[in-house]
Amino acid sequence: MVTQVLSRADAGQVTTTAILAVAEVSFRYSLSRSGRPWTIERASFDVAPGEVLGIVGPNGSGKSSLLKLSAGLLRPESGIIRLAGQAIGELSALAIARTLAFVPQEQAHEFPFTVAETVLMGRFPHRQAGWWSMGMEVEREEDLAAAHRAMVEADVVELADRLVSDLSGGERQRVMIARALAQEPRILLLDEPTAFLDLSHQIEMCALIQRLVNERSRTVVLVSHDLNVASLLCDRLLMVKDGRIYAHGTPAETIRPDVLRAVYGCDVVVDPHPQTGAPRVTLPGHSVLGG
Amino acid sequence: MPNGQATPLSSTAGGPPVSGSVMSPVVAGWARTGAIVTSRRRWLVLIGLLAASVVVVLVSSCFGAARVSGRDLLAALLQLGTAGHIDGAVDETTGAILFQIRLPRVLMGFLVGGTLAIVGATLQALLRNALADPYVLGVSSGAALGVAIAMLLGIGTMLAVVPVLPLWGFAGGVMALMLIYRLAQSRGRLPIHSLLLAGVILNAMLTAVIMFITSIMDPARSAGLMAWLMGSLTVQNWSGLAGIALYVAIGSLVLLHQAPALNLLTQGEDTARSLGIDTERIKQRLYVLTALLTGAVVSVSGMIGFIGMLIPHAVRMAIGSDHRLLMPASACVGGIFLVLSDTVARTAFAPAEIPVGVVTALAGGPFFLYLLLWRKDRMV
Repeated sequence: MVTQVLSRADAGQVTTTAILAVAEVSFRYSLSRSGRPWTIERASFDVAPGEVLGIVGPNGSGKSSLLKLSAGLLRPESGIIRLAGQAIGELSALAIARTLAFVPQEQAHEFPFTVAETVLMGRFPHRQAGWWSMGMEVEREEDLAAAHRAMVEADVVELADRLVSDLSGGERQRVMIARALAQEPRILLLDEPTAFLDLSHQIEMCALIQRLVNERSRTVVLVSHDLNVASLLCDRLLMVKDGRIYAHGTPAETIRPDVLRAVYGCDVVVDPHPQTGAPRVTLPGHSVLGG
Repeated sequence: MPNGQATPLSSTAGGPPVSGSVMSPVVAGWARTGAIVTSRRRWLVLIGLLAASVVVVLVSSCFGAARVSGRDLLAALLQLGTAGHIDGAVDETTGAILFQIRLPRVLMGFLVGGTLAIVGATLQALLRNALADPYVLGVSSGAALGVAIAMLLGIGTMLAVVPVLPLWGFAGGVMALMLIYRLAQSRGRLPIHSLLLAGVILNAMLTAVIMFITSIMDPARSAGLMAWLMGSLTVQNWSGLAGIALYVAIGSLVLLHQAPALNLLTQGEDTARSLGIDTERIKQRLYVLTALLTGAVVSVSGMIGFIGMLIPHAVRMAIGSDHRLLMPASACVGGIFLVLSDTVARTAFAPAEIPVGVVTALAGGPFFLYLLLWRKDRMV
């Protein structure tokens, strides 16, 4: 049954217009724990322009590694990843950064940078300074304009002069997204955009991602441990188990009790979301009652 | 958004991007509130600091075991500037004190202090840790060991040319730096406590080896080595000063060139890479440059501690983290700080001198402890 899901999705997605194409990629950390040689094994998927692809799976299944491979931050041991048709391994970090933006799950903020300064860092791949600038080059008008646009989009304009270290988790996450938008990328990769956020900030973040996709028809790949968030946001889902893509399809095709039992090894209740009809996952009642 | 509802972007939703004409007031607002460092602000700060540096250098030249009056100093400088010599402006002894002893030493202090501060700022960004310092981390000790070995082998006295000792210092410094990075790294992060602990251990080991070297040297030379180790700014001659100035100036300029990359490196390696930095190459380059500069500075002035930590940290509190301003500003403030410390070292117990490393450690150590004890939130 699962293989049916897989083959259907594969057949539908092998296109030449893919922004990101991951083909037969395998990867392992050099000091991999014994018993599980591959962190990612023979993963293949495509991302078409304007779609939202979610990568979900249990902790340690390799979802974040898959995202980092796609971002060119990790090098696959075999297989190939193409970004807008070009092999990512042959592109410089600068060339990748002009096409693809990566938002990490969490990052250090020990240094007192303001929000505006942080967002302007997203302009780095587009700035071309000669050696004569001695590292003292100034922001060009177009960099400032791009940063401002990104801040409007991520709704952080009001925070421009605040220090990132003083912001709440939700605000900080929006600043990171603004910096990614300032790169003017064709595709955005988000690692757990709603992790560590409370309910209201989760709703805000989901609304922001939806806005990015609907109003600007951006392409987004996101990793989430929250199946309900993924179900609401994503057009397609990859379900990763032990480094392999176990299922691949729309939320309705993949978020099913039988697939979830196979991937997560537990029984859950799946019913349609009362407003959207998208599948919704709930813990079974007996898990609380201890039955 | 008190209830978590995302506000619709009425001004931009679906519309064209904000145009340039709308931008300028926004950017003006950013400049006004200090959200970004504008080039105007950068130049104002740097010109102010340079002016302060000149004043401090000149005033400090008047103080020491023998006082020189400000009028004599200005008269001599004026004569030097207009006639090209100082004959007649001041008496011979004053001229000799000023131009053979005082000014070279003060300028060397400025050079060493500025370099240590710029190296500290670089290490802090590189290790993503606002308390990193070449002295605390053992890089200075590594450089000192390299220089001590060179002295033991008689290389320094044998050739007596400037580039040799700095290179030995560089070799020691780069090894210490590589070691400290490997020691402190755990799962891609460099937690402050493992970094400091690794520095303490490395320092203890390297110091032990240096002590061993001094103990097997003949007493006359080991005394000189000890005096140098404690941090001293004695300058042999102007050409020695010029040599080290050239070396340090080139290194600092190359380092300054990496300021935008350093900004990105503070955000973590994955982020820096995803923003277009070839992190491995930049890191290697920065390690080599910081070790080169530390080696050079240690070879002429010994172990002068805490400037590399104290100055960039304090400057960052005042003007923010943008390395394009932070690095040159730290260089000026570091230079000023060491010149003033050395003035204290010369005058506090005149005619006896205390090692300038003692003065900077006594000023910087408490600040370090303060940060460690009461500002934990800033440095996890």
